[in-house]
Amino acid sequence: MRVSPFIRQALAMTALCVSVQVLAEPAKIGMITTLSGGGASLGIDIRDGFELAVKERNGQLGGIDVEMMIVDDGRKVDNAKQIATRMVERDQVDVMTGIVWSNLAMAVIPGVTADGTIYISPNAGPSLLAGKRCHPNYFNVAWQNDNLHEAMGQFVSDQGYQNVYLMAPNYPAGKDALAGFKRFYQGDIAGEVYTKLGQVDYAAEIANLRAASPDAVFFFLPGGMGINFTKQYSQAGLKASIPLFGPAFSFDEGILKAVGDAALGTMNTSQYSHDLDNPANREFAAKFMETYGRKPSLYASQGYDTALLLDSAFQVVGADFKDTEKLRRALAKAEFASVRGEFRFGNNQHPIQSIYVREVIRDGDTVTNQLKGTVFTNHQDAYAAECQMK
Amino acid sequence: MLFLEQLLNGVQLGMMLFLMAAGLTLIFGIMHLINLAHGSLYMVGAYVTATVSLASGSFALGLVGGCLAAAACGVLIEMLAMRHLYHRDHLDQVLATFGIILTANEATKMIFGPQALFLNPPAWLSTTVNILPETPYPAYRLFVIVAGIVVALFLRHLITHTRIGMLIRAGATHREMVTALGFNISLLFTLVFALGAALAGLAGGLAGPLLAIEVGMGEQILILTFVVIIIGGIGSVKGALVAGLLVGVVDTLSRAFLPTVLKTTLPAASADALAGSVSSMAIYILMAVVLVVRPQGLYNAYGT
Repeated sequence: MRVSPFIRQALAMTALCVSVQVLAEPAKIGMITTLSGGGASLGIDIRDGFELAVKERNGQLGGIDVEMMIVDDGRKVDNAKQIATRMVERDQVDVMTGIVWSNLAMAVIPGVTADGTIYISPNAGPSLLAGKRCHPNYFNVAWQNDNLHEAMGQFVSDQGYQNVYLMAPNYPAGKDALAGFKRFYQGDIAGEVYTKLGQVDYAAEIANLRAASPDAVFFFLPGGMGINFTKQYSQAGLKASIPLFGPAFSFDEGILKAVGDAALGTMNTSQYSHDLDNPANREFAAKFMETYGRKPSLYASQGYDTALLLDSAFQVVGADFKDTEKLRRALAKAEFASVRGEFRFGNNQHPIQSIYVREVIRDGDTVTNQLKGTVFTNHQDAYAAECQMK
Repeated sequence: MLFLEQLLNGVQLGMMLFLMAAGLTLIFGIMHLINLAHGSLYMVGAYVTATVSLASGSFALGLVGGCLAAAACGVLIEMLAMRHLYHRDHLDQVLATFGIILTANEATKMIFGPQALFLNPPAWLSTTVNILPETPYPAYRLFVIVAGIVVALFLRHLITHTRIGMLIRAGATHREMVTALGFNISLLFTLVFALGAALAGLAGGLAGPLLAIEVGMGEQILILTFVVIIIGGIGSVKGALVAGLLVGVVDTLSRAFLPTVLKTTLPAASADALAGSVSSMAIYILMAVVLVVRPQGLYNAYGT
């Protein structure tokens, strides 16, 4: 009888070992995003959107346990590169995602994908990665950088504006933005100004702008820059006489909360709006509001969609998620119900999707976006043809 | 007409920089302390002003709250951290105050959330005033200029005509003598730090209606502030005023007119791009020129 406890223990140990092996290894997802400093609200939205999808599925995606590694890059290229190297080499993550800014994306993504790790971009979509340097391991769930600006170029033309003043920060995405706008805008350009990245005071630009007397203004100023400009523009008393237009980046829910009435009546283009009427979005918008106490921005929807895309692919590949080739094929199908409605990937693994126009309205106590119409349906980026991938 | 308006824009930016720089230059010049956390005090001022304004409905009350909160944080920082660093070298001070920046940013995000706060000018300042015929100018920007002038006069009076000002000047140059005469120098330093912090808080509160009130807003203006005190001469409030105006005007005018000037010689597209780059360098070029001609800055600190 003295032996039996040992036997029992041994049996228990064996059972434990077996159960550990049966419990499949979790899929490791590395998220590098901006959670501190200027622009942190974008990364936080992306993270919250992604985590909401994982939470809804009890810590799983596609029936596979996921282990999230979320690291803040502080919007710094060096940080992002270091974290990426660590995630690939030491942590050996299966999938990476999260980067908000194009300059960080360009520094990280080509290396990561060349090393054989799959990267799904929830935001940044630099033109090079959509065109010449597209890669089978790289997917973009948001847009190619130019897309929302292209839609605004079309919309402003459709509205009959003939003399538009353009403004963007002096960095690659700023130049892409104005290039995208001009690709579809037909009229004249009253002026084209590149401001300093992170500029706080726009008095000089606003005075020049008024002197040029355009009939509309198109501006791309994401994050705090957009708040600064919109407030100061409204205080200069110009909003009524020269209307503002921009991509959703200049009017996301975070910006509107800080800008308030100064943004009322302005129009902006987006691939997403929290009031889009489809079943997936109705559920997402309500759950996001319930969980985080705020309306989901386009960034939040992109984070959520990234998780949904992974969910759909993991369902197909199951325990074989380490088989990159298989996972890639499953991802490319994009068989998930995107909260923005219809969604599929083009040959360069960038979205083919509709782009909408929204108006900033007051809804009770809050200033928010309201869906107004569709500018493009099944819109694909201008660089897809340069991508050699089939 | 446009030139005058842009000049006024420059003066307004200069006044904002002066409010920030005055406090920093006092601390730097008198206490020989490099305080990178000055921008954090500016952020505290902006956040508290916005919160109090929203709760009370009064912008004036908000400004008072912002000043007091920044001063209180200043006293806390001085007593808990700075006091132990006066005799250490500048690198230690830089490290410590950089640590305070990180702490303040994270704490602000935990208390107020990651999204920017909302603050508008009070209704009576939300209009525009025709400063020149056909040139509407935001009333709030005029208010900022007036506030800057008031603070400049107040500081001048404080430093040159009051007993405390005399002690501040004496403490800057003859620290041991002031102590030997029986004055409590550490109390004096705490007071100076609180005054500097209150000025930063006021600058933050005044900037609130113009700018995004967000985590990290202090670092954006901190660099400009250091440029101002280096040009003005470290420790000189008068220097901070002159240099603040100089930097504000140079920055604004280069942003406003460089594209037009460059377009006379260059094709439009490259002129736009070049003007963007050059105008963001303009104030640093100004600083380099000043440092070559007068390495100690435009004005000397008191008595040195």
